Amino acid sequence: MSKTLFDKIWDSHVVTSIDGGPDQLYIDRHYCHEVTSPQAFDGLRRRGLKVHRPDRTFCTPDHNIPTENQDRPIADQVSRHQIETLTRNATDFSVPFHPLGSPLNGIIHVVGPENGLTLPGMTIVCGDSHTSTHGAFGAVAFGIGTSEVEMVLASQCVLQPKPKTMRITVDGVLSTGVTAKDVALYIIAKMTTGGATGYFVEYAGSVVRAMSMEERMTLCNLSIEMGARGGLVAPDQTTIDYCKGRMFSPSGVEWDKNVSYWNTLRSDEDAVFDREVTFDADDISPRVTYGTNPGMGIAIDDTIPCPTNDSEAKALAYMGLEAGHSVSGTPVDYVFIGSCTNGRIEDFRAFASIVKGRKKADGVTVWIVPGSQAVLKQIKEAGLDRIFEEAGMTVRQPGCSACLAMNPDKVPAGKLCVSTSNRNFEGRQGPGARTVLASPLTAAAAAVTGVITDPRTFLTSK
Amino acid sequence: MNDKFTTITSTCVPLAIENVDTDQIIPARFLKATSRDGFGENLFHDWRYDRDGKPVRDFVLNDPRYSGSILVAGKNFGCGSSREHAAWAIHDYGFRVVVSSFFADIHRNNELNSFVLPVVITQRFLDMLLQAVTDNPSTEVTVDLEHQTIACRSLGITETFEINPYKKYCLQNGLDDVEYLLSKMPEIKKFEQDHES
Repeated sequence: MSKTLFDKIWDSHVVTSIDGGPDQLYIDRHYCHEVTSPQAFDGLRRRGLKVHRPDRTFCTPDHNIPTENQDRPIADQVSRHQIETLTRNATDFSVPFHPLGSPLNGIIHVVGPENGLTLPGMTIVCGDSHTSTHGAFGAVAFGIGTSEVEMVLASQCVLQPKPKTMRITVDGVLSTGVTAKDVALYIIAKMTTGGATGYFVEYAGSVVRAMSMEERMTLCNLSIEMGARGGLVAPDQTTIDYCKGRMFSPSGVEWDKNVSYWNTLRSDEDAVFDREVTFDADDISPRVTYGTNPGMGIAIDDTIPCPTNDSEAKALAYMGLEAGHSVSGTPVDYVFIGSCTNGRIEDFRAFASIVKGRKKADGVTVWIVPGSQAVLKQIKEAGLDRIFEEAGMTVRQPGCSACLAMNPDKVPAGKLCVSTSNRNFEGRQGPGARTVLASPLTAAAAAVTGVITDPRTFLTSK
Repeated sequence: MNDKFTTITSTCVPLAIENVDTDQIIPARFLKATSRDGFGENLFHDWRYDRDGKPVRDFVLNDPRYSGSILVAGKNFGCGSSREHAAWAIHDYGFRVVVSSFFADIHRNNELNSFVLPVVITQRFLDMLLQAVTDNPSTEVTVDLEHQTIACRSLGITETFEINPYKKYCLQNGLDDVEYLLSKMPEIKKFEQDHES
């Protein structure tokens, strides 16, 4: 019988099924950070259990860590305690652990792929909804809650109802200044914030095939923002080239064996999806959000639509924006580039392409936060740090940072931040903070002008 | 936390907002705790308290007219982050049931794993229920897990709701998935042998 790629990977990982209920799914890779794991490790202690397969879990702190002075003790006592708890749990249960500041530290969704821990065909989970990022490799990757983290630690399995399948095809060629982030924000706006709930998405079409792995990660990362449990892209030569030679990637005979298998990982031609959606690249421009969920977005040269209900009116009031007006030209207080959405080297290259030879606008605070220690190293090797310094911006140390503001990187109440992260929820970047989601190019244009600006004005003038 | 779920009859707390994300249910800065306890005091913190920490008078949790163990919320409840702390906060505050016309997937699983029952009703019933509870805070709703029904007598409406038989059994008996998975260890080890050789 014909199968979708998602079905092939899912079905090959089912250990048992419960009649009318969830499947018991075997997990190949479990990523673990400090925020959603302490109660799971405590559960193991309470039950007197060991971690069933420590070799399949990888721990590193990312959510709660400062992005300055990482060599000094963390000032916030509660944050420090949570990170120390992860250290103790990893030690007590003999799970691979990479502490703050070590070469393999950083946002777990950036570190995993760049070290070959994420590979095609895998099932991957983490107590974080942006685990969908790893779908870029042709993996079934999704976020789980802490009870499920405990399940994986105890048994290397989770119990999950099988989602329905959806294929989103984007055909055509993206125009200059339109990035993977804009494609994702466009799709989310069309689908709405809950429009893919209950589904696992496969991204297809010429636009997706032409994307680099970094771009595919950005696209898959944002799948959860339309409610999808995950999103994946069938592996191809781009995927195989990216995986080759990474620290934990297979090598020698094992590599050849894996590549042969990866080359079979695609949806059958006559596979039937529960839902098919198609978009045209010509319709996609640089995007910005204007509301308080990622589905509330428009093209940067469009005007804000009238609210259709109380919830949308509440969102506009929170943002201090008005229907019928453009988001372009709105003064900006903060710019944040980083996160598991746009914290990879390509993102900083894109940001630098506009910043180069220009100065940071007066009154704007710019936070440049690499996704990992490896990305920080790449930034320095490429000389991007000098471009940023000449513009009056500094590069901080890696972590989740202002994406969710658990650490000191908080946007103050009432201030507006153009952010390359994934969520513009009320208070996401700090209590009362206002977030406009955008691409690294649009973030750079805001950083050098001080207002929300169409990045194409810089790209065409060159 | 593993209480056994049977039938609940209660007044309701109405939250007529759509797309309530888990950052609103429990803001990220409260996720630094390493135990499951005490999240209820920060449930909906930034809607419930102003920047000086004073209760926001017109937010429903601060309105003394509304109480009960059933939260009735607008569609697409619990979107966003996978933080189970959101479900713990709902449970710790005293809710045992959340009623909406639509739930986000991860949060729905998290509620079930935290012994909070998510009940999906039609949009029409939800709109009427939100209005009825808002107008008359003594409006009672009965949720019967055994028969998978939710009823509001004063509205004269009863609907059935879906829950998979496995999770229903878990809720009725106060069981969690870890115990079940441990019972499958022989199958897990066999799966590993078959796939890692």
